Amino acid sequence: MASISGLIFYILIFLSVYVQVFFFVTFFENRKKIVIRSGKTKLSHYPAVTIVVPCFNEEETVEKTVRSLLNLHYPKDKLKIFLIDDGSTDGTLNIIKHFEKYPNIRVLHKENGGKYTALNLGLLHSENDFFGGLDADSFADPEALVRIMSYFEKDESVMAVAPSVTVYNPRNLIQNVQKAEYHMGVYLKKMLGFLGAINVTPGPLTIFRKKVFDDLGPYKHGHNTEDMEIAYRMQKNHYKIAHCNDAYIYTNTPGTILKLYRQRLRWIYGFINNTLDYRNVLFKKKYGNFAFFTLPTGIISIFSVGYLFGRIVYNVGDFLYSRFVDFQVAGFNFSREFGNFDSFFINTKMSLFLVALVYMVVLFAMMFGRRMSDGKWKFSIEMLFFFPIFSILAPLWIMRAIWNTIFSKVPVWR
Amino acid sequence: MNDNFDWKKYLIVFFITVGLFATAYYLSEYFGGKKVEELKSIQDKIAIDILSSETQFSLLSELSCKNISDSVFSGQLGELGNKLEWSQNNLGATEEVSYLRKYYSLLQIKDYLLTKKISARCGTKASFILYFYTTAENCSECERESLVLLSLRGKYPELRVYSFDYSTELSAVESMLKIYKIKDTELPALVIDDDVLTGFRSIEELEVRVKESFKLQETKPIENKESSP
Repeated sequence: MASISGLIFYILIFLSVYVQVFFFVTFFENRKKIVIRSGKTKLSHYPAVTIVVPCFNEEETVEKTVRSLLNLHYPKDKLKIFLIDDGSTDGTLNIIKHFEKYPNIRVLHKENGGKYTALNLGLLHSENDFFGGLDADSFADPEALVRIMSYFEKDESVMAVAPSVTVYNPRNLIQNVQKAEYHMGVYLKKMLGFLGAINVTPGPLTIFRKKVFDDLGPYKHGHNTEDMEIAYRMQKNHYKIAHCNDAYIYTNTPGTILKLYRQRLRWIYGFINNTLDYRNVLFKKKYGNFAFFTLPTGIISIFSVGYLFGRIVYNVGDFLYSRFVDFQVAGFNFSREFGNFDSFFINTKMSLFLVALVYMVVLFAMMFGRRMSDGKWKFSIEMLFFFPIFSILAPLWIMRAIWNTIFSKVPVWR
Repeated sequence: MNDNFDWKKYLIVFFITVGLFATAYYLSEYFGGKKVEELKSIQDKIAIDILSSETQFSLLSELSCKNISDSVFSGQLGELGNKLEWSQNNLGATEEVSYLRKYYSLLQIKDYLLTKKISARCGTKASFILYFYTTAENCSECERESLVLLSLRGKYPELRVYSFDYSTELSAVESMLKIYKIKDTELPALVIDDDVLTGFRSIEELEVRVKESFKLQETKPIENKESSP
């Protein structure tokens, strides 16, 4: 029993190291192609773009979201903004109505039907060749759109461009840890972009050629992750998705563990179920790295986290039990608990070196992601907090997502 | 159709990963080897200590006990025991570790015999517990007893606990088991002042015994002096 568990452990570590090395090799191959622009970007011509802001009870942030769109460095007559109220029950509609006076803004109201229905309403009214959404809890950097559009100008075959999403104004530990995680996300997304294997076109300001929807149809429910489903559909049809690392979007992130849990449960549930829906893509050569790397990586990480969690719970339980027995039979003994340190007792197991290696590469990913989004190579303590906090929390939502999948329970949005 | 798939890269990454695994394995073996070396050097030192004490004892047997130095009691024996136990758990029960454990058992017996002799002759303060346990099968009572003894030893530095794994295949250990009639069904077993106690014994109970044992030791020198010519 112990040896089977040990074997699984080493297989999972092998796969984890493999994934990290794969990312790192990709980085090494493409490092010279990563351009971080500063100052104003110019295009030879500015195609017309429609941006839809789907809102459901976003009265606190939506005004700032719309203002960020109005401040984009992009010709006003080439930018159409749809503010779509998806049956909000708070003051959202009143707030967005104030923006009707802008000639390039249109306010629409509909019965509540979910985010994908609001996006589809926008699609229905859009006449421009480029289309995108911006979540009402996110704010665009003034340069974001023009930098994204430069990717379309450079490469005719690019069908969608995703931005770099980072955390807006992190106030507590949970948000600061997410900031480190989002920095890693920027790095990973850039690498997946090089691999042609991006699996999410995030809600905050991914821009598509309208042709994508004309050819492949509108947004779908996608298990409450419509921005993942459309990316899967594009990959299946060989539509190229790029990542514009220097287009920055700042998003509000959950400030409590419970809210974070709900968000991640939705994401992981979306990943599991979209992957199940598109399972015939897996390991098919014609779907390239998306089929051989992105999806397997996601599946491996779900297994690893679940397995490691079981192992950690077992070890912690074992440790606490032995401490309890110790206390029971011998009482508390301070000098023994915190006795002399001897380097002999430092564990030098093989797995330890490998886990340390994985942590170092992940740390590198966070730091490089930060450089791509903040422009500086800097270490922050939250990067270290990421490991314990996410290793305790992630198994909870992963296991719940698996549970929900088995019993066909769709998680609520928030 | 899809140009973003490159078998070669998957293979190269595979070989890099295997290389990293090999490096990690090498490092682990290297440090594991260092630990075994450290254990060996401690054992050698203890062996020399014991041999030296034995020699000193033989040399001085006709003279005064005052000349027997305190260093007779090799404090490193306990430390070595801890390190060996840790190695057994973390480096695995390799041939080298089990060899070292046998050697350790032997050193313990030698130390026990010598200390007993010195203590009987010179009346140095010492109390012995022989402790028999097993690692061959799951013995939760043994684990509890080990913790009790560890705690007791912390409390009374002079207390000497010699622990023997029942499953050690060493004739000297087997003789000890025969002398005290220890059966594997009655583990853990303790020997204090030639009394055999089987099953789990609490710290309170042992403390009483240990205190008695101390007194016993303290009174002996007077008897010795009286009986000596």
